[in-house]
Amino acid sequence: MNEVEPLKTLSQIYTEVNRISHSTRINLSDQIVADIYANAAQIANEVVVRNPFSASCDWDARVDSILTSRLLGYPVMILLLGLVFWITLQGANIPSEMLATVLFGLEGKMSAWLLQVGAPDWLNGVLVLGMYKTLAWVVAVMLPPMAIFFPLFTLLEDLGYLPRVAFNLDNLFKKARSCGKQALTMCMGFGCNAAGVTSCRIIDSPRERLIAVLTNNFVPCNGRFPTLLAMATIFVAGGLASSAQMIVATAVITGLVLIGIGVTFLTSWCLSRTILQGEVSALILELPPYRRPQIGAVIYRSIIDRTIFVLMRAVVVAAPAGALIWILGNVQIGQLSIIGHLAHWLNPFGQLIGLDGFILLAFILGFPANEIVLPILIMSYLAVGQMTEFQSLEELRRLLVTNGWTWLTAVNMMLFSLLHWPCATTLLTVFKETKSFKWTFMAFLLPTTIAITVCFSVAQLVRSLGLV
Amino acid sequence: MDIKLFTGHKNRPHVVALAGNPNVGKSTIFNALTGLRQHTGNWPGKTVNNARGTFSYKNKSFLLVDLPGTYSLLARSVEEEIARDFICFGQPDLTIVVLAASSLERNLNLALQVLEITPRVVICVNLLDEAKKNNIYVDLEGLSKRLGVPAIGTVARTGQGLDELLEAVAARIEDPGTNQPRQVVYSQEVEEIVAFLIPQVQRLVGTAINPRWLALRLLDSDRAFIEKIVQHFNPQLCIGTSSEISFDQHLEAVI
Repeated sequence: MNEVEPLKTLSQIYTEVNRISHSTRINLSDQIVADIYANAAQIANEVVVRNPFSASCDWDARVDSILTSRLLGYPVMILLLGLVFWITLQGANIPSEMLATVLFGLEGKMSAWLLQVGAPDWLNGVLVLGMYKTLAWVVAVMLPPMAIFFPLFTLLEDLGYLPRVAFNLDNLFKKARSCGKQALTMCMGFGCNAAGVTSCRIIDSPRERLIAVLTNNFVPCNGRFPTLLAMATIFVAGGLASSAQMIVATAVITGLVLIGIGVTFLTSWCLSRTILQGEVSALILELPPYRRPQIGAVIYRSIIDRTIFVLMRAVVVAAPAGALIWILGNVQIGQLSIIGHLAHWLNPFGQLIGLDGFILLAFILGFPANEIVLPILIMSYLAVGQMTEFQSLEELRRLLVTNGWTWLTAVNMMLFSLLHWPCATTLLTVFKETKSFKWTFMAFLLPTTIAITVCFSVAQLVRSLGLV
Repeated sequence: MDIKLFTGHKNRPHVVALAGNPNVGKSTIFNALTGLRQHTGNWPGKTVNNARGTFSYKNKSFLLVDLPGTYSLLARSVEEEIARDFICFGQPDLTIVVLAASSLERNLNLALQVLEITPRVVICVNLLDEAKKNNIYVDLEGLSKRLGVPAIGTVARTGQGLDELLEAVAARIEDPGTNQPRQVVYSQEVEEIVAFLIPQVQRLVGTAINPRWLALRLLDSDRAFIEKIVQHFNPQLCIGTSSEISFDQHLEAVI
């Protein structure tokens, strides 16, 4: 073997192959594929037995004719989405209040115990009023909706509904010149945007993958869901009777998610006509048969993998953030606390886009994880104001109104939460996936610009019409 | 992937790759065998990486690698490239090709392509329950006879047939047999060219890899891949060629 000149041998073979391929009438690689198919067909014919006499079960096809029909596909999709949110809202309400009662009840006991053993006031402040209170909020607000939403979502995934969603949305994505698989990465984003960004690997074309990565943030992850749920329940539907309240809140959340999906399409459309131009690649998507979900696996995966995982992440971020907020809220410089100064400084811009300084500050401090935005906001209002005791959503509403909130503030808070910059974990994932500072920065800049523009327009429009 | 780490070691685990079309239940089988909770979901393409897990059977330890689902090994997409490169370079002790009983014909394309690379294969016909619901039955014995490798029927979600699968895997690793498994019969024109190329290809890579398969890849005009192969199995032949990264780096990038 070593006597021949190796490189020459390889290139000789190439020359030979080239000569052969040019001299044949047929396209050799096509012929190879066709031959493999023919072999497979032959074997399958010999070993597969179909029973033609019993009525064939085409129940999959019948379900698909509804779920993926032109007329009913979208309404069914929106209804299912609404149903999931409604069950989540309805189910999470009572456990949330129970958790809040228990956890905040412990707060007083902890303080009393600390003071009894002679701990200084500031230690009690940092540990109990800062850390513990924020943790209690995160758990009480986040745990119940996640423990309901995730299993429901995983159930749909297991049933095989997601590929149908992709099938339905494929046409729209094609119009936006992006990949139909983006519907799947979008769905993953509902769980966690970082996971959504990672899942963009299933898209082959680098151009379409980038579009999917940059727009993944526009579906609200579960870190933002609790904020949206709380806003929708206590503010938009606050004045209504409780059953109507749930339906209105559900409609609001569903509408928000649809806005997020709409922005995804628009942004994809714009990107593929400006900085990410190119042709659409064809998508072959197999609609898998519907399968009975494995209940055990659904529960395990949604509770352990998702709920606990996300909650733990939130807790890890929330504890130090809570302590920091307490310190910032209690260290006075001049007449105001540090939080007061920061919020005061941010306030003009906040007001311009229909928010206020505290809300902006909460979003900025919530950069490590979106889960803690609402707790931070509450803590900072509490740190400045005098009110220290509240355990129900109604009291939260009163707290917000005292701080000058209107329905416009709540709406803009939801819009900003839906559209604003991705959390640190997601940006880090974008960097890992793209290995480019430019695109990571883009993933920050794009949503931020959109969030500010949308909130500004809504605020100005509503104010100029004199609606608030 | 530290496959190299294991080679030469007496008690190294047997490396078993899990290949198959998207959404035929590879991850379910993976979880059932390894006890790991690899995320499964009823949509094609959700396994992007090669997930790995270990299990033992009859005092032997196994390292199971869950390859991304692919329809073929022609490397038309990233998934196909990952799966092909692992079966080709990773040199697993065995590859389980999972086929969906309900769409056997399309799934067989992949099985035939794997059999062109290596005879160390066990076929697993999964989703028997789904096929039965649609009144489709698969003659497993006939399939095994035609392909020249064991074929085991399973319903991975309930665990049915998994013991037989493990038994077949262990036995096949122990004794790969001498029979050449079923090779794709190509049309005359292709066969003639392949017959002409085989001796030349053999000079390049010896017997390390099925020369027939490599000759076919030459016709696919996948040049980068041919160079990769030649470099891997006969490194001194490629000194000075375009690809400078070492195989280890490459494998790391692949896995």
